Amino acid sequence: MLAPPPAAPGSPVVDEQPITINRSVTRADRIFRFALAASGTIVLIILAAVVVFLAKHGWRAMTAGGLHFITDSSWSPDSGRYGAMSLLVGSIAIAVVGVLIAGPISIAAALMINEYAPIRMRSFLTGAVDMLATVPSIVYGFWGLELVSNLQAAPAKWLVDHFGFVPFIRTPTPGEFVQSIFACGLICAATLVPIITSVSREVMAQTPRDACEAALGLGGTRWGMVTDVIFPFSRDGILGAVLLGFGRGLGETMIVVLVLSKANKMVWGIMGPNGLGSIAKQITEDFPTATPIDQSALIFLGLVLFVTTLLVNIAARQIVQRGGRS
Amino acid sequence: MTTFADPSPPAGAPLPPPSGGPVADRPNRRRRVSSTKLVEMVGSAVAALALVWVVFAVTGVSAPLGMAFAWFAVFFTIYGILCWRLYGILIAKDRMADVGIWGGALVALGTLAAVIIYVILKGAAAVFTDFPHFLVADMTHLGATASITQLGVGAAIVGTIEQVGLATIITVPLGVMTATYLVNTDNPYSRLVSAVVDAMTGAPAIIAGLFIYILWVAPHHETGKSGFAAAMALAVMMLPIVTRAAQEVVAIVPGSLREAALALGAPEWRVLLRVVLPTARAGLMTAVILGIARIAGETAPVLFNAGGLEAYNWNPFVGQQDNLPLRIYENIFQPGAVIQQSAWGASLVLVILVLLLFMLARFLGRGGAGRRSFVPWARRRRSSTLENA
Repeated sequence: MLAPPPAAPGSPVVDEQPITINRSVTRADRIFRFALAASGTIVLIILAAVVVFLAKHGWRAMTAGGLHFITDSSWSPDSGRYGAMSLLVGSIAIAVVGVLIAGPISIAAALMINEYAPIRMRSFLTGAVDMLATVPSIVYGFWGLELVSNLQAAPAKWLVDHFGFVPFIRTPTPGEFVQSIFACGLICAATLVPIITSVSREVMAQTPRDACEAALGLGGTRWGMVTDVIFPFSRDGILGAVLLGFGRGLGETMIVVLVLSKANKMVWGIMGPNGLGSIAKQITEDFPTATPIDQSALIFLGLVLFVTTLLVNIAARQIVQRGGRS
Repeated sequence: MTTFADPSPPAGAPLPPPSGGPVADRPNRRRRVSSTKLVEMVGSAVAALALVWVVFAVTGVSAPLGMAFAWFAVFFTIYGILCWRLYGILIAKDRMADVGIWGGALVALGTLAAVIIYVILKGAAAVFTDFPHFLVADMTHLGATASITQLGVGAAIVGTIEQVGLATIITVPLGVMTATYLVNTDNPYSRLVSAVVDAMTGAPAIIAGLFIYILWVAPHHETGKSGFAAAMALAVMMLPIVTRAAQEVVAIVPGSLREAALALGAPEWRVLLRVVLPTARAGLMTAVILGIARIAGETAPVLFNAGGLEAYNWNPFVGQQDNLPLRIYENIFQPGAVIQQSAWGASLVLVILVLLLFMLARFLGRGGAGRRSFVPWARRRRSSTLENA
């Protein structure tokens, strides 16, 4: 920047000051701005309304049940017990299994699209991964119930036989390995792959290109470049992407409704039927035929699920954004 | 760039040999997959397959999924060890990562192919026996004795189109305006709205259904369940999707275009309607169609709200309506092979519908901004300019 030339003595300095333009906002524009802000507010109103309405209708059951809601694992409306422990643990377990399976696949797919695939294949791969998200979850559920749940039975049996000492890897009812939490998580993974892939792909793409090329130029292998440049740079973003997938897995409804068998027993095993339950499944199946007090309890369950996924999502977005900025 | 000082040799003169080497020393352009690498890979794969086959045959286990998984694991190990012995640990790691990454991507592709092929195999019989009948008939003959030629998803298709259409009409103006607001404004309030939109994108589908049930269906008792209620639940799901996608599209409209229009004295609302939206047209179409494809397959929001009537109901505002995903859900749990078959048929119709929408969105999105015009007024404007000139 050049310094402004010194003003000649006696010349008026006033002329060089920037003039202020007073752009008056017309009434039409004021209405327009208001309409824009109002439409933004509608999103907030919907969110607030969801929380308020669910809380209002779920209040009755919550005050009746109290702390038993979390500590009791028996959800039996007939005897007036609303213990959601098995449902909560089951929902979390499904999401964890889904993320453990979908995470590595998604990171591989993201690296494939960003770094490994030939240029011409990239748009096809992106489309294919997005297409996974377009297939309706009820179709995944139906497919999973008829095919995957049976296909995974033999590997699940093998896992239990040889790695039964690992926590959670056992079956509540000996001899059977279908319609389990594990099967649900496995099928849910198909719906989690697109979200984790697209988010982590965007974060990885922000890695400075010259740093990648410097690594290659120093004689590093491509995998060396990935582990030493891309992963350190996008670690937070990938973590956030996985967390987003976890939030999605918590709320997965139709797959769980179709695949999981219903027992709602508090067991620490994920490989067999008649074990843990799931919040979304419980609401979907019981709500239409429930009595008012049962409905209230189910609505409160819905509120718990909603608030949990909301918090997980917000945390995940924060992590992704922080990762992208650094 | 100036090219005056380009020291090009005179035409016809032979190129001087580069210093330090003969002319034949061209840059060594390596092929991506060299033949040695191919041999190593195929060899490892065959060895792994043979090993796994023998083990599974000896133990007498029959498990296709487990076998595929074991094959990949053994191949991975053999190939890794081979590369390690031949080239050292660094190259071996790189090669194993190649295999792992290709494997992961292939698993994703294979899942997609598997689910689509399975649905086609299971559903084709229902859809293509007596071809258009399945698409136009309704489910009023549903029962244990019904044959597949008596059933159809016509009513469900009508319901899906009307409910998704209504949801789109509700969502698109709101979503586009919210997106414009978020792009143009940066204050704590707009950041809050943005965070909420993000968070709602991943909200469980069942909650949208539950919310509309409490808000609309329950207070109206018998008459509450209707296509409109289902459309509202779908709109709750669709709004964040459309907003987020529209926000990305609107944000990449060049600021210079907007500023030029504003500098010419155009009011802000005209800038949005005449400059920003037409520029972002292709992207907006893609965003909206992707949103439609996503919610057309949603079951949970319509579950408590649409009602699932078996017969045709053309009026989404009065009376219960059917819906494709809902019809699948209802038929899955009914006994009888024919009803199961009809559920697979409905699945096939739904999958074809959403995949067509998806491909349409990709096709439109490829066109780029301003290349084609889908909005009538843009075409009219152009022709009138020509007449004036």
